[in-house]
Amino acid sequence: MNALTYESPDSVDEAVKLLAAADGNAKLLAGGTDLLVQLRMGMITPSLIIDVKKISETTVVKEVNGGYRVGAAVSGAVLGEHEGMKSAWPGVVEALELIGSTQIQGRASMGGNLCNGSPAADAVPAMIAADAICTIAGPNGRREARVEDIVIGPGVTSLETGEMVVDFLFPARPARSGDAYLRFIPRTEMDIAVVGAGVSLTLDEAGVCTAARLALGAVAATQLVVEDGAAALIGSTLDDAAMAKLDAAARAACRPIDDKRGTIEYRTKVAGVLARRATKIAQQRAEG
Amino acid sequence: MAKIHVTTTINGEPTEFLCEPQQTLLDVLRDELRLTGSKEGCGTGDCGACSVILDGRLVCSCLALGAEAEGQEVETIEGMADGDNFHPLQQKFLEGAALQCGICTPGFLIAAKSLLERNPDPSETEVRYWLAGNLCRCTGYDKIIRAVLECAADMRGNQA
Amino acid sequence: MTSVTTELKWVGKSPIRPDGADKVTGRAKFGADLMLPGMLVGKVLRSPHAHAAIKSIDTTKAEALPGVKAVMTAADIEPMSSEWVPAGELQLNYRDLSNNIMASGKVLYDGHAVAAVAATSAAIADAALQLIVVDYEVLPHVIDVEEAMEPDAPILHDDMFTQGVTPTPDKPSNVFKEVDIAVGDVDAGFAKADLIIERSFKTAPVHQGYLEPHAAVASFAEDGQAELWCCTQGHFSVRAYCAKLLGMDISDLRVTASEIGGGFGGKTTVYLEPVALLLSRKSGRPVRAVMTREDVFRASGPTSGAATWVKVGVTKDGKIVAGQAVLKYQAGAFAGSPIQPGCMCAFAPYDIENVKVKGYDVVTNRPKVAAYRAPGAPISEHAVESVLDEISKKLGIDPLELRERNAAKEGTNAAYGPKFGVIGFADTLAAAKAHPHYSAPLGPNQGRGVASGFWFNIGGESCATLNVAEDGTLVLATGSPDIGGSRASMAIMAAETIGMDVADVRTIVADTASIGYTFLTGGSRVTFATGMAVIEASKQVTETLRERAAKIWDISVDAVVWEDGHAKPAGANAGEFEPLSLGEIAAQAGKTGGPISANVALNAEGAGPGFGTHICDVEVDRETGAVKVLRYTAVQDCGKAIHKAYVEGQIQGGAAQGIGWALNEEYIYNKEGRLDNAGFLDYRIPVASDLPMIDTVIVEVANPNHPYGVRGVGEVPIIPPMAAVANAIDSAIGIRMTELPMSPPKVLAALDNGS
Repeated sequence: MNALTYESPDSVDEAVKLLAAADGNAKLLAGGTDLLVQLRMGMITPSLIIDVKKISETTVVKEVNGGYRVGAAVSGAVLGEHEGMKSAWPGVVEALELIGSTQIQGRASMGGNLCNGSPAADAVPAMIAADAICTIAGPNGRREARVEDIVIGPGVTSLETGEMVVDFLFPARPARSGDAYLRFIPRTEMDIAVVGAGVSLTLDEAGVCTAARLALGAVAATQLVVEDGAAALIGSTLDDAAMAKLDAAARAACRPIDDKRGTIEYRTKVAGVLARRATKIAQQRAEG
Repeated sequence: MAKIHVTTTINGEPTEFLCEPQQTLLDVLRDELRLTGSKEGCGTGDCGACSVILDGRLVCSCLALGAEAEGQEVETIEGMADGDNFHPLQQKFLEGAALQCGICTPGFLIAAKSLLERNPDPSETEVRYWLAGNLCRCTGYDKIIRAVLECAADMRGNQA
Repeated sequence: MTSVTTELKWVGKSPIRPDGADKVTGRAKFGADLMLPGMLVGKVLRSPHAHAAIKSIDTTKAEALPGVKAVMTAADIEPMSSEWVPAGELQLNYRDLSNNIMASGKVLYDGHAVAAVAATSAAIADAALQLIVVDYEVLPHVIDVEEAMEPDAPILHDDMFTQGVTPTPDKPSNVFKEVDIAVGDVDAGFAKADLIIERSFKTAPVHQGYLEPHAAVASFAEDGQAELWCCTQGHFSVRAYCAKLLGMDISDLRVTASEIGGGFGGKTTVYLEPVALLLSRKSGRPVRAVMTREDVFRASGPTSGAATWVKVGVTKDGKIVAGQAVLKYQAGAFAGSPIQPGCMCAFAPYDIENVKVKGYDVVTNRPKVAAYRAPGAPISEHAVESVLDEISKKLGIDPLELRERNAAKEGTNAAYGPKFGVIGFADTLAAAKAHPHYSAPLGPNQGRGVASGFWFNIGGESCATLNVAEDGTLVLATGSPDIGGSRASMAIMAAETIGMDVADVRTIVADTASIGYTFLTGGSRVTFATGMAVIEASKQVTETLRERAAKIWDISVDAVVWEDGHAKPAGANAGEFEPLSLGEIAAQAGKTGGPISANVALNAEGAGPGFGTHICDVEVDRETGAVKVLRYTAVQDCGKAIHKAYVEGQIQGGAAQGIGWALNEEYIYNKEGRLDNAGFLDYRIPVASDLPMIDTVIVEVANPNHPYGVRGVGEVPIIPPMAAVANAIDSAIGIRMTELPMSPPKVLAALDNGS
């Protein structure tokens, strides 16, 4: 039997020290909605669980220069009550809030959702569309990285052994900006995303799109940043022609698999549909 | 495997227990504290039968470690009635036949209580989505949703 | 027999259930809630292969692990000979049962039990399982029912030679038996038809989906007596099966039925119970064994997946002249799918002169199927109700009207044998037609579908014991585990019959040592059959009370009447006596002859068949194939609803299960034959936000064979939804879906192919 221990440090420095001492055999615990399932299934056998929730940096939301710094362990329930984030980044908040049930929301966090590395993670496409930056702490101090560079394969992140994500920075929004996240699931709740689409965009006074980012989830081994999709939107008024190009770009970018949640054909088709629908919602939000 | 000594508050009562690091809060409630009202329907957070309120938040106790209860407040179904008096939701569930086999009922009651504490006037859609994490196989949800809506109306009436 | 009385005080009301306070406070004890001192944790090791020979099992390391008190394999069970007994609506074979609860020689499905341990903690039990070494020789497997029927399919049982075929084949196959039901001459019938439609359908295996995993606590004493606590629909069945498997005298085993967290037919057999008993016998300590959710999906008794083909011929005015079907059902690893009831029910709602149904019971490398709410009927009736919908649309006849023109009535000869007595099918059709739902307007991409369903319902052996306490309150004991609120219905029937307050009747479910043999809770039989025993016992108690009053007044018993819960003189000539209440008579029981009680054991016959008609509205998202159920109305003939709210609840719950079966529930296997979705995350039962309110209409066409007119209600409601939803989708987008579940990828593919 693997002797397991549990620690709950109250600072990042202490957590990093514990990680170093465990030499790769520790797991970080935020909401536990992935970790405890994997532990129960025997998919992971750590020797140490480090509970980060007593570390205030990971559990608070702070306004920073018009943007927001969100602790990695902030739960969906807490973020869902934050008026500032809901107003500035409704797509990010709704993406996190789509994960699981109300009970899951009471615990699940962006840090956990990202670092679990699932290609179908709901929060991640919206975070990528927002071009959020994460702060990472490790044995060599702190560094920053774009969220889009974190997940590099199913269940695999670019974090080095001994590193942990502390928080996420969501920049201040230019005026007339909006974001949205949509996912497709067979029921109305509780399912893992078959396809996820996160869109963030900015419009000018005339309704022309001046900036856009599109990220897709569950259609490849990692989340995809669809540059062609963004290009289809930028410079357009998001008219039918632009939507058709967006749809095609989204479909072209997909590299999905057949599994118990969806087929290649289905995911590809629906990726285009969701990219369009999410864009329309983001547009409405941008227009206020 | 050394056990962890945890000091916590359960249904308002100061409580101490020993648990192994991998034991979930659900394991501890049922096996160590003999509070068997919270049920294991799946063990993976997909059914809601183990719902408790941890530090004011509705959670699945199968997805929290027993060790995490340290210094927190835990509310379970056993604490929902006030002595001899049912919580209005418990009474409404009985009157409205909102349970058949009853295995999902503790989870639904805790979840519904959490909803009404936050939103005393939910719509039918809001009730259904809030309770989507509580599975029921016997009722088709109809009478459960009606009981929650009627109870919310009653409770609002009593406040007025 | 007596007709239904017109002024009923309790029947038809909805009093609060007697087990309610315990259930809303968490006090009620379900299967996994019992703890005994010294109790060990039992866990089961399961096969990771769909089909493999067991070359050897080495348990020595597990036995040596500190904290392990017992280890068992099939070697600990006496070999059984092949013996078939009735079990609910299905049949059971003891050799197969024994091999299912613990594999012997071969494993036949992913999850098949191969060994079990009892240890002092869950962690030690898990570690012990890891130390058991099983040497498997993996064999090719087969899961799809039609693939299993191919001549070159991997064979599960070398000694399976198809029954129902003449001459008996000399080569083993996976077809356990063929079933044939026929009346009239279908060829002649089809020759008269103006329109013939034939269609093939496929359904995926689904699980009953009860929220409570199987759980049992067993305590074996050194003198051979044992106690067993388990969640079950039939504790007398559990007693019989376990006694047989363990070689015990039946009366040495006392089984208590805990509160049960859902069953729907899936808890009518045994899985863990004999294992827990054996481990307890070996270790000398109580053992609790509980299935994980994964185990429940992999290794309990989900129902058949099937391939069906239906052909119906009608004249141009919609009269059905011939009906034919071929049904192929998976039985799982051992013989015994519900093919027989499936064949019997397929065309049963309709008056058809010429019917021919052929059925195949086919073993495949999946868990052995157990009953699931009207076993076999949802699959076959889905096919027929879908074809009838096509016919109604082709002929331009309203689908309810088409059914009305062909509905079975009193006196109709059912294709499967008996002549129908009083039945309410036509009444359900009329009520559906008249319902505002049926004429409500629909929007774009929305469609409406209707479908009907039939189930026989059963009676069976039932006991009731009624004891009058010294204060005149009653304790009513039956042997029927309560899976839907039957304790409340029993109290209602007793109170109504005796004329007393229902709150003064306490109902309990007695254990196997405390009441006579009672057939399991299933087949929609309890309110009908156990109800009959309760009513009979109540009448006997009333008779006794009259006799005691007569003694007290020193008059002839003929001069005493029982009215409104009181004994009264029959007339002025009988004497001037104040009425005596139950309580007053009970207080003098000792002086007037002893304790007042009644004990009834009967085998109830005359169960009334049930019919339902459902209306379903859906909206289809044409870009994603998602189907949303907008509105649902279920009409059912219940004979007499004893507890109105619980009858509604049965209808709503069954409808919800049928909707899940229609839209998203299915077993998904990988290419190794391992179950890919053994959890509630990817086995997708409806959640609260998936469903609208389910409106119910109770039609009451009394069953003349029950004192209050009761018909079984629990099973009928699961039958119409699959076709109702499919018919609604067809109305919405003009596409006939023939494969269940009608999940979004399938609907979208059908839309894209324009099929």
